[in-house]
Amino acid sequence: MGTDTINITLKVWRQGNAADKGRFETIPVSGVDSHMSFLEMLDTVNEGLILEGRDPIAFDNDCREGICGTCGCVVDGIPHGPNKAMTLCQLHMRKFEDGDVIAVEPWRARAFKVLKDLMVDRGAFDKIIQSGGYVSVNTGSAPDANALPIPMAVAEKAMDAAACIGCGACVAACPNASAMLFVSAKVSQLALLPQGRPEAAERALKMVAAMDQAGFGNCSNHRSCEAACPKEISIINIARLNREFFKAGVLSEAS
Amino acid sequence: MQLDGKIPSGPLKDKWDNYRFKAKLVNPANKRKYKLIVVGTGLAGGAAAATLAELGYHVQTFCIQDSPRRAHSIAAQGGINAAKNYPNDGDSIWRLFYDTIKGGDFRAREANVYRLAQVSNNIIDQCAAQGVPFAREYGGMLANRSFGGAQVSRTFYARGQTGQQLLLGAYSALSRQIGAGTVEMYARRELMDIVLVGDRARGIIVRNLVTGEMERYAADAVILATGGYGTVFYLSTNADSCNVGAAFRAYKKGALFANPCFTQIHPTCIPQGGDYQAKLTLMSESLRNDGRIWVPKDPNDTRAPQDIPESERSYYLEEKYPSFGNLVPRDVASRNAKEQCDAGKGVGPTGYAVYLDFADAIKRDGRDVIARKYGNLFDMYQNIMDDDPYETPMMIYPASHYTMGGLWVDYELQTTIPGLFALGEANFSDHGANRLGASALMQGLADGYFVIPYTIGPFLADHGVSEVGVDHAAFAEAAAEAVDRDRKLLAIEGKRTVRDIHRALGKVMVDEVGMARNEAGLKQAIGSIQTLREEFWQNVKVGGAADNFNLALQKAVRLADYLEFAEVMALDALTRDESCGCHLREEHQTEENEALRDDENFCHAAVWEYTGYGSEPAFHKEPLVFENVELSQRSYK
Repeated sequence: MGTDTINITLKVWRQGNAADKGRFETIPVSGVDSHMSFLEMLDTVNEGLILEGRDPIAFDNDCREGICGTCGCVVDGIPHGPNKAMTLCQLHMRKFEDGDVIAVEPWRARAFKVLKDLMVDRGAFDKIIQSGGYVSVNTGSAPDANALPIPMAVAEKAMDAAACIGCGACVAACPNASAMLFVSAKVSQLALLPQGRPEAAERALKMVAAMDQAGFGNCSNHRSCEAACPKEISIINIARLNREFFKAGVLSEAS
Repeated sequence: MQLDGKIPSGPLKDKWDNYRFKAKLVNPANKRKYKLIVVGTGLAGGAAAATLAELGYHVQTFCIQDSPRRAHSIAAQGGINAAKNYPNDGDSIWRLFYDTIKGGDFRAREANVYRLAQVSNNIIDQCAAQGVPFAREYGGMLANRSFGGAQVSRTFYARGQTGQQLLLGAYSALSRQIGAGTVEMYARRELMDIVLVGDRARGIIVRNLVTGEMERYAADAVILATGGYGTVFYLSTNADSCNVGAAFRAYKKGALFANPCFTQIHPTCIPQGGDYQAKLTLMSESLRNDGRIWVPKDPNDTRAPQDIPESERSYYLEEKYPSFGNLVPRDVASRNAKEQCDAGKGVGPTGYAVYLDFADAIKRDGRDVIARKYGNLFDMYQNIMDDDPYETPMMIYPASHYTMGGLWVDYELQTTIPGLFALGEANFSDHGANRLGASALMQGLADGYFVIPYTIGPFLADHGVSEVGVDHAAFAEAAAEAVDRDRKLLAIEGKRTVRDIHRALGKVMVDEVGMARNEAGLKQAIGSIQTLREEFWQNVKVGGAADNFNLALQKAVRLADYLEFAEVMALDALTRDESCGCHLREEHQTEENEALRDDENFCHAAVWEYTGYGSEPAFHKEPLVFENVELSQRSYK
């Protein structure tokens, strides 16, 4: 826990609103405590901007412990920055050197409109879940939880997929701005579990349709999504999604 | 004022059944005529909105985040309690009820807590059916662990992400209803006011955070599930957007606020790095199941923890509380950590931290087992502190985490404003003066899935469908007030940022209204809060405009609320001249520094009524009647 300070230069995307064209702004930042998180550094920059009467940088964030999925921007070309398997709020300034120039941009995808500066609208993800990312069980109608044993290994795999935080880094990383990793994580979680089987086929078809409708691109196996994912969601889920989707198309009543 | 908790008659075990049988029902065909507003989409709000829509009501729901999947419930790590007794280790509804009442140091209502324990089992069933990937045993049955002071294993969990998985379960149920068109979802909206017509809640004013616009929504009833007020301390484990705004608006409109001084400090947080930091990261206290807490015996010991031999370590919790050891309740663990640090035995660069050591557990169970249980927490720690907890002990320190106080509600979860309900952390009802670990998720989901769907019925059946729409003058008035407040804040153009003043408020609250309190300190705190409030309204610098996304303005409004609310907290702490649960008045403690209750004079909920800006709120009491449990002095020895 050193208390070194560094001087950096931010090249940060500024855009007044969705209709604005947007541009990079250069902001020199001196005396950054290297123990700070990246977002704490932005907070500090914003304090200075407010006192100077300038518009603070708008960026989404909330829990600051890597679980809510709210934060995220592209730092030096990498969604959530250089740390593997971490959200932006968990990036610390000790990863940077004195004199670094750091480019900060919002997620870029047709389906994610920029609202202001680094903030984007990820409502398309919600729409995809609304199309079928659930088990249709009304409150009160559930049997005893232990009435349905689930092998530990299956539960663990489902949990691996369920760990998705819906941040959108997979889309930002993908050259096609595809949402396949996000969709596949939910489809896999529910397809692996017996509770989710009755609707598995219909779910895969509906969620893929919603994904296409929202304007996300196709998957062409770049695997950039997996590399950028802060929760290390595996592309094995995409294979499961393809299987579920194919099965649904060929075999199921739902098709 | 006579506060009627509307506790149903009959023996404790029959009260909820009696209530449900006697409660008026809304005809299924009429349900869709009722419009209900749910503010907040955490466990309580998300579960409520989904369930009410399943029942047929027309629901509009609002969240401050960009998606209903992100509410702060998501950050709960450890687990959720239920009285399933799957491990066959002696648990029961009665034991869960008793533990919760006792954990709250006998400052909660028996009937509410019993109901909570009763529905706890339904929650687990519901969540498992939704596809929540709970941890399992090899045979496929659900796994349980003992958690935060419980002597039975009743906590269900999904790795260290239980809150996330339960919230995603509620979110999926809510999404299903949004998809079906029975719920209208409005994200990036912040509640600015509750609209009352003839003393009854008829709707809300929200700020569209993206456009800045004040929007109006009318309904037959308004449900607040807007969480707690832990960020009043500035330093807290809560998310950035957590605030008291919605509850405080309700309070200013006449809803009474109960036990605001009951706030929980969580013992296992990562210590603060510097002034720039408001967010402290919590690590699940499930860590205390396997980690051992210690400090060096010698305050001057500067050796690395590995170099300090066993004989020169003080495992102070195990020594002081042999039967509970490291699993003592949160307040006891927190105060003891502070005590050790105040005595100079704290470790780390600030001297405000203690060790949490896994060496013995790793030796006993192997690294893999520990990694499976706590892997994500260990990774999180390593990233923030740049230190490997598999090799060296973690450093931890307490931080503000949860608020038991909240809007006063009756058994039906209705506030003193007719038609205004409060669920989850936003109400005061179930945790008394302290909350047991893994009980927040339980209460949020209980209120949302299994309580409000029943208890809102009688109100709606009695009052019929509302004719009031957003064109009523009361909506224009409330919206104009909110716009006016923005204008005032933007016009101050002072020299201190919102964050700077919030930091100053937090310091006052942590020092004087935090883990330990006393009369002189509380009186001083009230003075300091008033001074800061004056300064805020004269010297804050907000900047920007009200007609687009303006985070500084949003934060200024939230801080303005805190600068009033903090005083009510301090006043409540001052008026409660006893210690109980997490509320430790230094004047009232046992020789072992345990909270010393005064049941003769303080066996009540302290309930505050707004009387105008800058004027002292009126004090009311709801006496707590214990017919089923004997009030015992808590002892964790």
